Amino acid sequence: MCSLGVFPAPVTAAQTLLERNNELLSALHPGEHPQTHEPLSACVSVPRFLAVGSACVLALLRWASSFHGSLFPHLTLSSDEMVAEFSQMLDWSDSALRSFAWHPHTDKFAVALLDDSIRIYKSNSSATPTLKHRCQRSVCALQWKPLCGSALAVACQSCLLIWHVDPTSLSTRPSSGCAQVLSHPGHSPITSIAWSPTGSLLVSASPVDTAMMVWDVAAESAVPLQRVGGGGVTYLSWSPDGSRLLAATPSALFRVWETRMWTCERWPCLKGSCQVRKLRKLSITVFELMYAFIYFFKLTFFSQTSWDPRGERLAVLLKGDSQAVNHPSVIAVFKTRSSPVFELLPCGFVMGEAGAEPRFMQFHPHFQHGALLTVCWSDGRISHVPFYFSSAGLLGGDSPQQALASNTADHSSNKLYTEQIS
Amino acid sequence: MAATAIYSYAWLVPLALWVLLIAWSVLLLPVTAAVFVLLSRFSLFHPIQWISECTSLLTASSTIFSLVVLCGVVLITGLFNLEFYTLVPSIPCSRMALLGTVLHPRQCVHSLVYCTMGMLVMWCASVTIGGRYSTLGIPCRGSGFNNCIPVVTCLNEYHLFLLLAGAFMGYSHSFLGVVQNMYYVSFQPIQQYKYPRFKGCLPMVVKCSVIQSLYSARNFAALYFFFGYAPKTWISSTLHLQIDSSLQPLDSLTGLLDFSLLYHLTISGTFLYFTWYLTVLLFRIYVTEAYSFPVQSTFTEDAEQCLPKVLAETNTLVMKFFALQDLALLSQHSLSRRLEVFCLSQPGGHPHNWNAISRECLSLLSELTQRLVAHQDAVASNGRVKSQSASSDTRSASLSSSGKTPRLGVPLRTPGSVFKSSVGGVHSALTAPFTPDVDSPFSSPAIRRLVGQQEPRSPWFGTVQSPHIMRRGPKLWSASTGSSRFTVIPLHGLETPVNSCSCHTLNCSAQVKSFLAKRVLIVYLFNKLPEASSQALFADSQVHIWALQGLSHLVAASFSEDQFGVVQTTLPNILSCLVVLLEAVDRHFKLPHASSKPARAVCRMGDSTYKTLRFALRAALKTAIYKITTTFGEHLNAVNISTEHRKRLQQFLEFKE
Repeated sequence: MCSLGVFPAPVTAAQTLLERNNELLSALHPGEHPQTHEPLSACVSVPRFLAVGSACVLALLRWASSFHGSLFPHLTLSSDEMVAEFSQMLDWSDSALRSFAWHPHTDKFAVALLDDSIRIYKSNSSATPTLKHRCQRSVCALQWKPLCGSALAVACQSCLLIWHVDPTSLSTRPSSGCAQVLSHPGHSPITSIAWSPTGSLLVSASPVDTAMMVWDVAAESAVPLQRVGGGGVTYLSWSPDGSRLLAATPSALFRVWETRMWTCERWPCLKGSCQVRKLRKLSITVFELMYAFIYFFKLTFFSQTSWDPRGERLAVLLKGDSQAVNHPSVIAVFKTRSSPVFELLPCGFVMGEAGAEPRFMQFHPHFQHGALLTVCWSDGRISHVPFYFSSAGLLGGDSPQQALASNTADHSSNKLYTEQIS
Repeated sequence: MAATAIYSYAWLVPLALWVLLIAWSVLLLPVTAAVFVLLSRFSLFHPIQWISECTSLLTASSTIFSLVVLCGVVLITGLFNLEFYTLVPSIPCSRMALLGTVLHPRQCVHSLVYCTMGMLVMWCASVTIGGRYSTLGIPCRGSGFNNCIPVVTCLNEYHLFLLLAGAFMGYSHSFLGVVQNMYYVSFQPIQQYKYPRFKGCLPMVVKCSVIQSLYSARNFAALYFFFGYAPKTWISSTLHLQIDSSLQPLDSLTGLLDFSLLYHLTISGTFLYFTWYLTVLLFRIYVTEAYSFPVQSTFTEDAEQCLPKVLAETNTLVMKFFALQDLALLSQHSLSRRLEVFCLSQPGGHPHNWNAISRECLSLLSELTQRLVAHQDAVASNGRVKSQSASSDTRSASLSSSGKTPRLGVPLRTPGSVFKSSVGGVHSALTAPFTPDVDSPFSSPAIRRLVGQQEPRSPWFGTVQSPHIMRRGPKLWSASTGSSRFTVIPLHGLETPVNSCSCHTLNCSAQVKSFLAKRVLIVYLFNKLPEASSQALFADSQVHIWALQGLSHLVAASFSEDQFGVVQTTLPNILSCLVVLLEAVDRHFKLPHASSKPARAVCRMGDSTYKTLRFALRAALKTAIYKITTTFGEHLNAVNISTEHRKRLQQFLEFKE
């Protein structure tokens, strides 16, 4: 049992730097931030009346043509509003940073900016390639292909782009010939993409399309997996061992697909609309955990969770109230332990500079000394907050992820949850 | 004994498949027929009359008879699917080769049968629609004398129009089957149960058949407008039917601009195409269903059906495909079966399973490497790929019938046989061994280097019997008969002839070539289609992709699951094989046209996956190497491989590929 009251009180107007000796340390002088990037400038150029007019017409057409239009109110939104609604980035439409993704294996990350360009930062190289493509508009999600050094999938308004950025090249403007354009009629805007952990398949989802697409990227062919109900698919996440895929819908329903024969089972949400946005580990404990969250906290303002790869720190982005003055969005960090019993202990709040609110966060996929939380702030900064601790799993010699993978590796005997229960 | 079991099994699978397929198609037939009836009799203003008419029509005896005829059509379509389907597409390398395929006797029989079936279906459709379409002969008033007008039988042009449209659609289906490789069956990237997959593909089939029917209707209307007179008079003269002059003839503009006629033509065409496409779809779904082989068996009589034995099976291509697919699946999804692969044999303690599987996969991959290297050598020695005029259908034609498909052997697979020139003979046999033009302006620097020292002294070195060239000669597939290359003409005029006789022959051939090169049509027909050679090289790469996936996942899994260290002994082999293949693939993608993407087909029933298989193979290869390097990490330094390969693998370890 845990509540926010147990947390140490957040130090206001002080940026959280790191965790050491089980304490979150803050900097009182905001000048000394070695791990803070410069604010990323971005310019806005939108022909307003044209965009609004055509968006209205399109929304009307879509509403008229779609059978679900009357049942699912999100279909009446314009394309941009829909992306803003279902994007992982909070306040997507006026955020300087549109999306962020760490590379799963190396120290590099990609950032999508407000002007629809994407920049790639590497740890030991000053070259930052900028990716621009005429189809690259309203970037909603980014993800690097696992087991690959170069491929980056970009979910855009009208299509899916696969960039092949040569890691050894020094060019700062890769040509648009390096990008593959994948599109399927009726499958836009794309708000979520997910590579399978083996890198062989890419799944994309759109809130207006009840089918999610399973792409064979090299062949540029897609297999639609259609399930009526829910009115679309907004969020996708693979389990780390690749055996299951979570697909959330705009309504109070989400599906869990098993990825061997691609059958699914429906999970209706218990309380109102499904706020389960980010699941780090798709296993029974996680679902129990999520239910525990929803049950204990009744957090309707609960927006994102991110779990570090070792499973020892859990960050939760609590969405603030934009109307009220004293309710900014904050990030609460928990210490978690999954054996012998599941434990959840408060660690503290991660604070940014004064006036800056967190918009997005992600753990570094393979930080050596503990966990590294990367936070995108509303003022366009990206900060990395390290959590130094010695992992309990490493002492045993086996990383928990491997243990998890080997535990659930025999998928043929893996039943869906309801089958296990019944 | 065991061998016969395999063969009978291999023969039984398609039979059972066919029966299932036919059962499904026949079951679906009444549904499509009912929809067709509803659509064909559609009237907006009399809905009740429309429904009642349709129900009475559906139970009428003529409809039942039509259904029986349609069942026969479906049966024959199923037979043709079974006979013609292929897992390795035939890729014609020039327009001439395509023409040859279309005019092949087998294909002619196919076209003929499909024309007949098209007419049959259209006859059923016209009977079902009824009204003015129902019969070929209608009573009409002939031209009589003295007010006594006899009632004679006239030709019903509407009926004839539909029948001819059926024949036309049948032929275009058969023709497009060749052009679009309709009978090529590709495997999906994901596994699905049959029913969800069928449901998912059904909208695509409906869309394709509507679009194809609209195209065919347009083309047929145009054709009938120009040439409709000929069949009309022929039919009327042979059957002694008169042509009613009071009616508007259909081969005129006003006759064709009849909305109801065009609507019925399109609807019937959609019905026709839908029946055929549905059979193709069902066939694809049934044939690509994954099959699970046991890894090892306790009984010796079942040993022949175990995965290692089936993998090594060379006679049945289908079995090989299934076995490799199963290997790829088990390596990713099944812990217990992986453990069986890694286990040791009970008496003796040998890792027979792993040895057999890895040997087979490695031989497949190294065979692909050899094929690529041979192709690169050939291209390098010519400066460009010669215009291949033959297609690979020598191979795929024999591959098509499922039961007795030949092995994936080297003699069958070398591009030499793929691109074997059919119009050879311009070059004399005398010059043949040295043809690939060491003297051509595009000759490879490697060959130039080989003979480089003689270059200044003897300008014409066709007769130089260098052992290197002699050894290379037979290996180069393009060296055999390089006749069909019309564009590159070696210039000998400036050089001093040493051997006047053979030089004369060369000059003659050059003249013939330059003469032919000026004929536009011939150039058009014989010029190589871009990308075709690349596509043909990777035509069967699905097996290589599965082999790569299976190997890499097994090796990665062995890191934690292999208790006896079985995999470690073959790890150096596997790594070097993968790196060598990667180098060959990288070099292949530097060739012209190899890395250009094909245009995406809009809506076609024909499967064009084979066009992108080379990209899929490259991606699968890199993923496979990454899978191994990320799993083993620094441990790879302890593996005994050559320095260059280690350097390449280091790139992978640093994620710089």
